[in-house]
Amino acid sequence: MSPVISIKNLSKTYEGGFKALDDVSLDIRKGEILALLGPNGAGKTTLISAICGLVRPSSGSITVGGHDIVEDYRAARSLVGLVPQEINIEPFEKVIATTRFSRGLFGKPRNEAHIERVLRSLSLWEKRNSKNMELSGGMRRRVLIAKALSHEPSVLFLDEPSAGVDVALRRDMWQLVGELRDAGVTIILTTHYIEEAEEMADRIAVINHGKILVVEDKARLMAQMGQKHMTLELVEALDALPDCLGQYGLNRSADGMSLHFSYDTQAERTGITRLIADLAAQGISVRDIVTKQSSLEEVFLDLVGEEA
Amino acid sequence: MNFHSIRAIYVFEMARTFRTIAQSIISPVLSTVLYFIVFGTAIGSRIEDVNGVDYGAFIVPGLIMLTLLQQSVTNASFGIYFPKFVGTIYELLTAPISFIEVTIGYVGAAASKAVMIALIILATSTFFVDVQIAHPFWMVAFLLLTAVSFSLLGFIIGIWASNFEQLQLIPLLVITPLVFLGGAFYSADMLPPAWQVVMHLNPVFYLISGFRWSFFGLADVPVEVSLMAVSAFLVVCISFIWWIFKSGWKLRS
Repeated sequence: MSPVISIKNLSKTYEGGFKALDDVSLDIRKGEILALLGPNGAGKTTLISAICGLVRPSSGSITVGGHDIVEDYRAARSLVGLVPQEINIEPFEKVIATTRFSRGLFGKPRNEAHIERVLRSLSLWEKRNSKNMELSGGMRRRVLIAKALSHEPSVLFLDEPSAGVDVALRRDMWQLVGELRDAGVTIILTTHYIEEAEEMADRIAVINHGKILVVEDKARLMAQMGQKHMTLELVEALDALPDCLGQYGLNRSADGMSLHFSYDTQAERTGITRLIADLAAQGISVRDIVTKQSSLEEVFLDLVGEEA
Repeated sequence: MNFHSIRAIYVFEMARTFRTIAQSIISPVLSTVLYFIVFGTAIGSRIEDVNGVDYGAFIVPGLIMLTLLQQSVTNASFGIYFPKFVGTIYELLTAPISFIEVTIGYVGAAASKAVMIALIILATSTFFVDVQIAHPFWMVAFLLLTAVSFSLLGFIIGIWASNFEQLQLIPLLVITPLVFLGGAFYSADMLPPAWQVVMHLNPVFYLISGFRWSFFGLADVPVEVSLMAVSAFLVVCISFIWWIFKSGWKLRS
């Protein structure tokens, strides 16, 4: 299947000399949710801005739906909806008017039924005649989403959608994103909330210093890069680790009642069998074993840490 | 041509006008009425006529032009500056819309509002003086050409401005003095010869002269010259806006 967005060798250097994107190549599949993870200043927003036409790339090319964003900008942009990071919204305008405006601006004829559907799906219908300035921060973010959805995009960019919203709204938004994906909309989201990416994304792209470090299916990424942690709960407290166990990099708890062992699930030998045997040889009895998978956050920190 | 986009911008901008009707319409009309009272009645009663035209009627084209220029520049500059100020410009820049369509939407709305106010002032002036229009077609033509040209200038100012002070700078410090010194309230031959030369360097002078000709058939310069001046200004503004959108100046990083 051809990608809905294809980015080839994209670089962006700002006037001051700051290189925000460095030879980025990325294909985004139709209908997937791609989470773009990266620390502040990594290049996430610049990448989204370049695809949407807000930032002029220094070099490279981008196509959306097979349309070049420069040569065939009308066709490319008509497919894209953007929910920006900042809550930029007309303060004195009514919710319904500002949503209608977005639809018209993107060249779509009036469709009150669609506008109503969008506003209802975001729990904004009751507030349709309120001025934007009268809404709470969370509600304004919903208006931004309503504006982006008003023109029925097939690709939706959510730049930090959960920034500054409460837990309930975040859950609502995740549900909406899931529904949009089910309806065939491709979603690209940037987020600081690893939990958000872990919850929603099909694929994860990690970006830092303007470079894509990895793009991988979420489950495979975690399986490939994830470490497992094993906690061995002991029958008796251990005052000190015997020298022969030094090779395992064990951490002893303060009370000496447990040992922590980390291992790579992808390694040919995890070392678990040998460790258990060595413990038994040293007369150390194990009462229980608990294992835990690395979270995406730990994977992310590992990647960014390595690159730094 | 993306008519839905143009319509969306036009309707959105006109809605702002009607939402702020006191500021948008009543305020300029009130100012003009005050001009009529001060210049037309108080001072005008001491001036018999200008080239056979009653002074009160003589200043009508100048007053309309004063308001038309101020309104065109202010409306268009605010129209495009406000999205920059509140950050909603991102939507305009990511929409599948060309620079021509953006310009038609914003400039069309600004010019419409300015012409609407100009016509209200013209109607208001009939309560004070007897106004005759010798060349109605050319009156409307000058009105539209001037409104569009100066709305284009306002659009450029709105894109250039980085703050509200800069937004007000050109209308207050350039447009208003040019109109006052461009013969809004007097004929060129009422000035000493040296000042008449200076007056001919003022582009607004040609607009007021041509517009006044459409009312009374009297002009300080031939009407063709006025028409060429406003047309040249129009072309310069369109060319500059085309360059702005092509280069992304002040809009795209």
